[in-house]
Amino acid sequence: MFIDPHTHMISRTTDDYQAMANAGVVALIEPSFWIGQPRTYVGTYIDYLSSIVGFERFRAGQFGIRHYCTIGLNSKEANNEELAEKVMEILPRFALKEGVVAIGEIGYDEQTALEDRYFRGQIELAKELGLPIMVHTPHRDKKRGTQRSMDVLEEHGVAPSMVVIDHNNEETVNEVLDRGYWAAFSIYPGTKMGNERMSEIVRAYGAERIIVDSACDWGISEPLAVPKTAALMRERGHPEEHIRKVTYANALAAYGQSGQMKESDWLEPAAIDQRTLYAGNSILRGGQEPRIETPGRDMSDLTIK
Amino acid sequence: MARPAALLWEWLCRQVDPAARDWLTETATAAKGSDAALFKGVSLVHRRIGKADLSVGPEDRAAAEAARPGWDQTGWSTDQAARIWLLLEAGGIGEAFAVRLKTLFSSADVAETIAFLRGLPLFPGPERHLFLAREGARSNMRPVFEAVAHRSPYPREMFDENAWNHMVLKALFVGAALWPIQGLDERANPELARILRDYAHERWAAGRPVTPELWRCVGRFADEEALGDLERLMQEGDEREREGAALALADCPLPRAQALLAAAPELQAAVSRGDLTWTGLGRTL
Repeated sequence: MFIDPHTHMISRTTDDYQAMANAGVVALIEPSFWIGQPRTYVGTYIDYLSSIVGFERFRAGQFGIRHYCTIGLNSKEANNEELAEKVMEILPRFALKEGVVAIGEIGYDEQTALEDRYFRGQIELAKELGLPIMVHTPHRDKKRGTQRSMDVLEEHGVAPSMVVIDHNNEETVNEVLDRGYWAAFSIYPGTKMGNERMSEIVRAYGAERIIVDSACDWGISEPLAVPKTAALMRERGHPEEHIRKVTYANALAAYGQSGQMKESDWLEPAAIDQRTLYAGNSILRGGQEPRIETPGRDMSDLTIK
Repeated sequence: MARPAALLWEWLCRQVDPAARDWLTETATAAKGSDAALFKGVSLVHRRIGKADLSVGPEDRAAAEAARPGWDQTGWSTDQAARIWLLLEAGGIGEAFAVRLKTLFSSADVAETIAFLRGLPLFPGPERHLFLAREGARSNMRPVFEAVAHRSPYPREMFDENAWNHMVLKALFVGAALWPIQGLDERANPELARILRDYAHERWAAGRPVTPELWRCVGRFADEEALGDLERLMQEGDEREREGAALALADCPLPRAQALLAAAPELQAAVSRGDLTWTGLGRTL
């Protein structure tokens, strides 16, 4: 069983859901983010948030995958003040929905004053609602941006155990773990982190508080990043307990602090969910061996029924 | 005679602990005067109440039928009951209620959407919620569609012919059964019969099957062409298709229909004995 705690499924196809289910992904978390280009109206924001607590949850359930999400105003769109003010007003309407496991992904992009203002505002919202926080660390000036994110969190008195710092790399991991945070790594081809490097990081730092995710989105990314990393780590001789922690148990422990994500959600789902929203996972039913195959299409089968 | 809200309260009290009950009453009081308190309270229901299946016995069902004819709680859960109760208790009436319901819909998660749609036959000012009901009946999420279409008197009472016909057709497209739709026979009409026959021919042309339930809305209005379809099913169909065709022929007043049915005496007898019914057939599919 795997959990992928960072996926933007709203941008992914049913092939991806099928491949993830086949590979043993039982739950995933869809953080609120931008959608590749900035939104310009609060109305489109409401519809986006409504999709990730609505249709996307239904879609995932059809493949036997439990869908959770985080609610937040992302750092890029925080720079549109007029939009940001209105989004901050509507966030509380979504933050307490079923299956919302954190406020996120929030943090810095270019480390502007507006980003800072709304990062702090949302930290306060998370504290008020007792929710964990998922922090997006910036692509540019990452090390400084990561430190600054932690400084601000501590200034607001947030316990590091309630915060997942995401998109880490070799340069940030040491300090993030030292300061007591959960350290997540996005296995994203070409940019954030590769899984061979990931395997070395776990070898160096152990498996405590380390979380692997795919961050798959609208770019060239890998929805099977978590199961593939597990398989690679196994091949390279990591103990099973370490693999389980970084690809399943740590994410569950961190986001489970919301009270909104429990192992029983997929092992013993409520009857009403089984009737409506969750098809059940065929792997959990003993239906098939997990298998990792490249999703996608080819021309070998010409028949379309 | 008890109001639906009073019945929901009675049923909830049997299943939730006293702390959750107190939370509900306090939330309802706060929500009467505050949109924010209502929205927050409705969202929090799943944490405070949980989502067990709602236990409703035969006496409860009888009381419910007396309070609101057609109200059917089959498949309801405690979180749905509590959300509907909060709206009935604290949502207000008239336009104020409609505006609050619409706002709730715009930020609803999928479980809330289902609860609100199931509440439609109980809510004040039913004519004000037609847009939401029709949006639900256009949904591609089957459980959302079924929350409007199944086991509810709302569409039967409120939908005009076009809305009704498209709801029945949509059921076939999302794979929802027809038999749990209330008023299927009463709201049958020649236009729906035509739409469904066109749909069947479209499916057959593509080499795909159609549900035998479909003929339920065709039988009474069957013309010669439709009887041709039914005749073919009686001859070439599988067991369920033949049963559906037989039931449709039994509904059709034309002499040719009765002759076609008489050619299959076992099915004819099963229909007249009441052993073969639309609901019974639907349940086996």
